[in-house]
Amino acid sequence: MSGDIILRTHNVSKRFGRLNALNGVSAEFRRNVITSIIGPNGAGKSTYFNLLCGALRPSSGRIEFEGRDVTGLPQHRFAHMGIVKSFQITTLFPQLSAHENVRLAAQTRVTVFDMWRPRASLKMLNEQADFILERVGLGHRRDRPAALLAHGEQRALEIAVALASEPKLLLLDEPTAGMSPQETREMMDLIVRLAAERTIILVEHKMKLVLGISDWLIVLHHGELLAEGAPDDIKRNELVKRVYLGQRDH
Amino acid sequence: MLLGSATSVAPDTSERMRGFLSFAQRRRAWLAALFLILFPLVAPFKALAAMILIYGLYALGFNILFGYLGLLSFGHSALFGTGAYFCGIAITHFGLPWWAALALGVLGGVLAAAAIGALAIRTLGIYFAMVTLALSQCLYYLFYEATDWTGGENGLTGVNVKTINLFGFHLDFVNPIVHYYVIAAFVIVALFALSRILASPFGAVIEGVRESEARARASGIDVARVRFVTFVVSGAFCGLAGALLALHLSIVPIETMHYDTSGLAVMMCLLGGMGTFFGPFIGAAIFLLLENLVSLYTVHWQLIVGAAFIACVLFFPRGVWGTILQRSRT
Repeated sequence: MSGDIILRTHNVSKRFGRLNALNGVSAEFRRNVITSIIGPNGAGKSTYFNLLCGALRPSSGRIEFEGRDVTGLPQHRFAHMGIVKSFQITTLFPQLSAHENVRLAAQTRVTVFDMWRPRASLKMLNEQADFILERVGLGHRRDRPAALLAHGEQRALEIAVALASEPKLLLLDEPTAGMSPQETREMMDLIVRLAAERTIILVEHKMKLVLGISDWLIVLHHGELLAEGAPDDIKRNELVKRVYLGQRDH
Repeated sequence: MLLGSATSVAPDTSERMRGFLSFAQRRRAWLAALFLILFPLVAPFKALAAMILIYGLYALGFNILFGYLGLLSFGHSALFGTGAYFCGIAITHFGLPWWAALALGVLGGVLAAAAIGALAIRTLGIYFAMVTLALSQCLYYLFYEATDWTGGENGLTGVNVKTINLFGFHLDFVNPIVHYYVIAAFVIVALFALSRILASPFGAVIEGVRESEARARASGIDVARVRFVTFVVSGAFCGLAGALLALHLSIVPIETMHYDTSGLAVMMCLLGGMGTFFGPFIGAAIFLLLENLVSLYTVHWQLIVGAAFIACVLFFPRGVWGTILQRSRT
């Protein structure tokens, strides 16, 4: 248990009408490691994820980022603090080129409401966008509209867009969903490379996939924290085994 | 053989077309300015040419919101009308010089947009359209009832500007050609400003919000504020168009505020091509030319214009200019 805490949730719950999606989850996320949130379908993973990135507000409980209470702040403020998410269902600017997708995300750190300077004069952003595209292996797709990229490429672009915001904390929601085994391997390699410089929180349905790359695991079940620990402990945990029993691809 | 020669020619011409279109995109403001300068030479009537300028500018302002941000407003007549009334009232009630009246017209558009925008941006889609419609009708009745200020249903008459004084020059605003070029000068300045805004970082943000609100938010964009600011910017252009209308007609008809006028902006954008730089102007030109030319021959001109509109929707689903752009890309 080394390293300081970047994000902490105190007893957070989320209700949708009469459905308790999440029930008093308290957890800590350490800086510069990969923490994975796992659990079977309907465990509340995505809800928890959306609370962590500010897309949803908790019904009760508190979220702290770098020691500051950030509960209830609008999502764009989360992004400015350095908490950036990628989407489970690919969410890009479909008509814009791969380059423009990344450039625009990078631009929001510099200016949003500047109406007079030509975009092209922000050279640094163009270079940064190209650099990030190269990094995720999309250099050759620079000018192609996002909508015309292959599925795996779109997922990679999704990561590139998230990176453009220079996140301290990168939240990835099932980044390998719908990918071929080959694409999945490449994505996992990419995530491990990215983890060298920043904190990553990964939500994943398939436990097997993340055991190898995670430093810490949080297991949710029926909206509650079932277990947490290092991968080896989780692998041996009887409760976790029982929850995942009968699931085809654990 | 015939087929062979045809296929060898086709890519060449489409290549040339693409080259022209990308040139048109880069030099859009200059091209539009050049066209507006030459336009009176081909237009059937000078007064119609000026109307095309003004409504083109109005549709352009509307297009910022509709085409670039992706919000359909049915209340833009309020921005256009408030601009026209502010300009008219400045001249008739306060005797202000023309340039101050124009500036107040822009301010009117901005204020109306800020008021309507602040309330309407909380909603989206059809609700946004309905809220803007309702609020613009509120303003319509406000101006309708304020007879002392606006002339009520008779409209605001006596917005007379006979000479335009500029840096010691006295331009005869009654002369149709001078009249046209004075209006054209303002429209051209507006075109350059718009081109610049679209090319700016904010222009990129607007398109991003249209493409994916969720993505924009996750990237740190305050979507509500972007919508509001875009609405206000749109109001400035529509306000200027309204003010120019007041100067052009020497009267502000109450119909300027009517929701018919809001529908007109939608129609012009769809005809020309929403979200394209030249589209609104082309749409305004098609609509007003049709209306004016057909009504020379028959009182049932709306029938013919309606049929032409349906034909445009069928054959140019993205508007005339939008469809040309799309075809050239594929």
